[in-house]
Amino acid sequence: MSSMRELVKGVYRENPVFRLALGLCPTLAVTTSVENGLGMGAAATFVLLGSNVVISLLRKLIPARVRIPCFIIVIASFVTIVELVMGAYLPELSKSLGIFIPLIVVNCIIMARAEAFAAKSGLRASILDAVGMGIGFTLALVVIGTIREVLGDGKLFGYMVFGPKFQPVLLMLLAPGGFITMGLLMGYLNVLDARAARKADAARNPKG
Amino acid sequence: MDLGHLLAVVVGAIFVSNFVLMRYLGLCPFVGVSKDLDSAVGMGMAVIFVMTLASLATWFVYTYLLVPLGIVYLRTIAFILVIATLVQFVEMVMEKTAPALHRSLGIYLPLITTNCAVLGVAVVNVDEFMVTGIARNASFIYTVVHGFAAGVGFTLALVLMAAIRERIQLDAIPKSMRGIPITFVIAGLMAIAFLGFTGLRVG
Repeated sequence: MSSMRELVKGVYRENPVFRLALGLCPTLAVTTSVENGLGMGAAATFVLLGSNVVISLLRKLIPARVRIPCFIIVIASFVTIVELVMGAYLPELSKSLGIFIPLIVVNCIIMARAEAFAAKSGLRASILDAVGMGIGFTLALVVIGTIREVLGDGKLFGYMVFGPKFQPVLLMLLAPGGFITMGLLMGYLNVLDARAARKADAARNPKG
Repeated sequence: MDLGHLLAVVVGAIFVSNFVLMRYLGLCPFVGVSKDLDSAVGMGMAVIFVMTLASLATWFVYTYLLVPLGIVYLRTIAFILVIATLVQFVEMVMEKTAPALHRSLGIYLPLITTNCAVLGVAVVNVDEFMVTGIARNASFIYTVVHGFAAGVGFTLALVLMAAIRERIQLDAIPKSMRGIPITFVIAGLMAIAFLGFTGLRVG
């Protein structure tokens, strides 16, 4: 069952965005709508998967001293593939994600997984790790994107959620909305954690 | 090229579209290195230096290598390699020629390679000043000035945040909001303030 654990850990327990605070820039920048969040998540997952596979396969060939430049080249190659493919087939999405597509190169999630996991683990585990982390990242983007799109635009996937009288909170779509949503979400997860810890504690010694 | 436009570029990069608070670039160091004022200032200086140099270096690579060879589509790979090499090089030169400076800024340099604001400024430079048909020597000046101003904008946000975080250290913040969550909420409030600069008209 350990392979299942590799997959699941990235989704909640080690969620790259909320738990490890990695990959923050694209998380806030592209989440003005759910659609953009999904697109960014998919692009990053592809890069993560590709670079994890290649780095895991080459891990015995890459000398430890020059590993970081090697990782960067591998990651940058996959990012270029995404950039070109997205520009050709999804020009609109490509335009709204803009500068943040080339910036996947410096997304710390990908570098961190290459360094901390793929460079030390076999192919199978690396693939599972990449998929799990990718799903976790995408999930975080979708959650933030949903909150911001619903409150800031009154829409979800472009469809109206509330009646016509709803006054959209434009601030949520602008830069401050992203920061505040992110801060409150992280705080809420901490509350959930504290509650779970208290419950586990009470279960262990029911009297005290 | 006129000075008014150049001034608009500077004010734009520092205030109106501040790299951290408006463009969401360089958030990792913004959250990570803003715990105390001294390291925030050190990090800021290192970023200004590297951003200016990176803008300069990527301009040369783009204009004299990528465009003549027709391989503009490789710009992401080329830029990240240039930046990584540059940071390494700066560190080596600084160690030899200015050991005092190296001691205070040295630990921040490796972090800068993966600072998305540096690659970000290189990409923004290309998008704004090089493909839009601005004359070559004008685009060079715009690029370097913009790189410097973007670094100043980053430093401004970082130093302000560090000062605020030092002041709220003893405040009664709910336990689950302490640390990173409250930093984001503060950043949100700062971003609201910076939204006010949107009305600024220069040049």
